Amino acid sequence: MTDASTPLLRVTDVCKSYGEHEVLKNVSFSVAKGEVLVLLGPSGSGKSTLIRCLNGLEDIQSGSIEFEGNTISGRKEKDWRELRTRIGMVFQSYDLFPNLTVAQNICLGPLKVQKRDRHEVEQQMNSLLDEVQLSEYRNSYPRELSGGQKQRIAIVRALAMNPDVMLFDEVTASLDPEMVREVLELMLGLARQKMTMIVVTHEMEFARRVADNVLFLENGVVVEQQTGEEFFDCPSTERAQAFLHSMSPIDSVD
Amino acid sequence: MAPLLVESAASGAQVLFLGDNFSRLLGGLGTSLAISGLALLIGLPLGILLGSLRIVDNWVLRGILRVYLEFFRIVPTLVVLFLFYYILPREMGIQIDGKTIAVIAFALWVAAEISDVVRSGLISVPDHQIETGKALGMSGFQLLWYVRLPQSINLMIPAVLNLATRVVKTTSLLLLISVIDVVTVGQQIMETNRMAHPDAAFWVYGFIFLLYFIVCWPLSMIAKALEKRAKERNRD
Repeated sequence: MTDASTPLLRVTDVCKSYGEHEVLKNVSFSVAKGEVLVLLGPSGSGKSTLIRCLNGLEDIQSGSIEFEGNTISGRKEKDWRELRTRIGMVFQSYDLFPNLTVAQNICLGPLKVQKRDRHEVEQQMNSLLDEVQLSEYRNSYPRELSGGQKQRIAIVRALAMNPDVMLFDEVTASLDPEMVREVLELMLGLARQKMTMIVVTHEMEFARRVADNVLFLENGVVVEQQTGEEFFDCPSTERAQAFLHSMSPIDSVD
Repeated sequence: MAPLLVESAASGAQVLFLGDNFSRLLGGLGTSLAISGLALLIGLPLGILLGSLRIVDNWVLRGILRVYLEFFRIVPTLVVLFLFYYILPREMGIQIDGKTIAVIAFALWVAAEISDVVRSGLISVPDHQIETGKALGMSGFQLLWYVRLPQSINLMIPAVLNLATRVVKTTSLLLLISVIDVVTVGQQIMETNRMAHPDAAFWVYGFIFLLYFIVCWPLSMIAKALEKRAKERNRD
C-alpha cells in the first residue's frame, strides 16, 4: 500500500563498484510522484550507472532501492522484468529495433510483454505519434529517420508501456545540435503533464527549466542535493559552482 | 578420327537414356535430396535450440553442448555414418534401415553445426539492443525471439545454406551404407554397361555433376540474395 507520503522511488545508501573501483558511494535520494529529478555532474561521476541501477540493468553491492515502498534491489531478474514495464528507460543511442517499423517498435512491448489488446495499443500509439508529429513515419524503418526523430520514437516506445516513471540517460548526447531541441521540447511537455522523470543530461538550460530537484554527483558521491531553482541560482558547494561555471556559455565569461 | 570420336561420345551419352537409366538417376537424386531435406528439417530447429542454449548463463550446459559440437566437427561424417549404421544397431540390438540412419546422423551433424552458427549470430547482436529489450520488460525467451534472432538471421542464413549444400554433397557417402543414392545408381549403370560403353563413366559422372550443380548453385544464389536483403533491413 502506498499513501501520498511514500515517495515513488527511494534510494538509500546505494554503493556500487566494479571490482576495486567504487562507482557509487552511499547515494541516497527520493523521487515523489510527478517530480522531475535531474542528475548532474562531470563525466564519469556515476550518473549513468546510477540511473541504470534504477531499473536493474546494473546490480548494487549495498544499500536499497524502493519502488512504491517495496524494496526492489537484490530481487531476482524475474521480479525486475515486471518492474521494468513500469519504469520506462530511454538510452543515449536510441536503440530502436532496426528490423522493425516504427509502429512495430512501439507496439512490441505493450503487445508481447504486457499482452494488451492490439486495438487499444494501436489507438494509444496513434495518439502518441500524433503528439510528437511523427504519424507519417509509422510504417517507416528506423534507418529512414533522423537522429532526433529516432530518439522521439524511442521515447514514445517507452511511453506506450504506460510507465510510472521515465529514466532518460543522456538522450540528446549523440544527436546533431539542430535535433536536440525537438527531443528536449518533448521531454518538457512530459514534465508539464506531470510525468515522474529522472534525467541525466548535460543540457544546462533544459535542466534549469525542467528540474524540480537536482542531484549533483562527483566521483560517485552526492555533492549537492537541491531544488532546481536553488541549485542553478545559488549553488551552495564550490564544486557545483565550478561545474556550473564550466558548463556556462562562453559569452557569459568575462 | 573425328567422326569416330563423335560416335563414341554419342554412344557414351546414350547410356544415360538407355532403359529407365535416366529416371533411375533422378530417383537416386531424389533419395539424396529427401535425406538432406529431412536432416535439415530436423537439424535446423534442433540447432537453433542448442545454439540458443549455448548463450545461457550455465557453464555445465554450455560445456556439454560444446563437446557435442566438437564431436561432430572432429569425427569424419563417414565414421559417424558407420557408427550409426554398423555399431549402434549391433550394440543396442535394433535394426534400422540405412535411410533412417542417414537422416538421424545427418540431422545430428546439422544440429551441431547450426548451433555454432546460431550462437555466433546471437552474440553478435549489440548489448544496447539487448538492454533496450530488457528495459521493455522482455523475458529471456522474448529477447531471443524478438531481438536476437531477427537481428542475427542475416549472419546465419548464408552459413545455413552453405551447410545445406555441404549436406547435399555429403549424401554421396550414403552408398557406403547401402542407401541407393544418385552416385550408387550411377555406379550400377556403369557396371552394367562396362562392355558396351566403356566411356560411360565420363557421361554418368558428368551428369551427376550437373545434377548436384543444379541443386547447389541456386542454394548459394538464394543465400546471397537473402543476405543482401537482411543486411539492408538491419541497417540502423
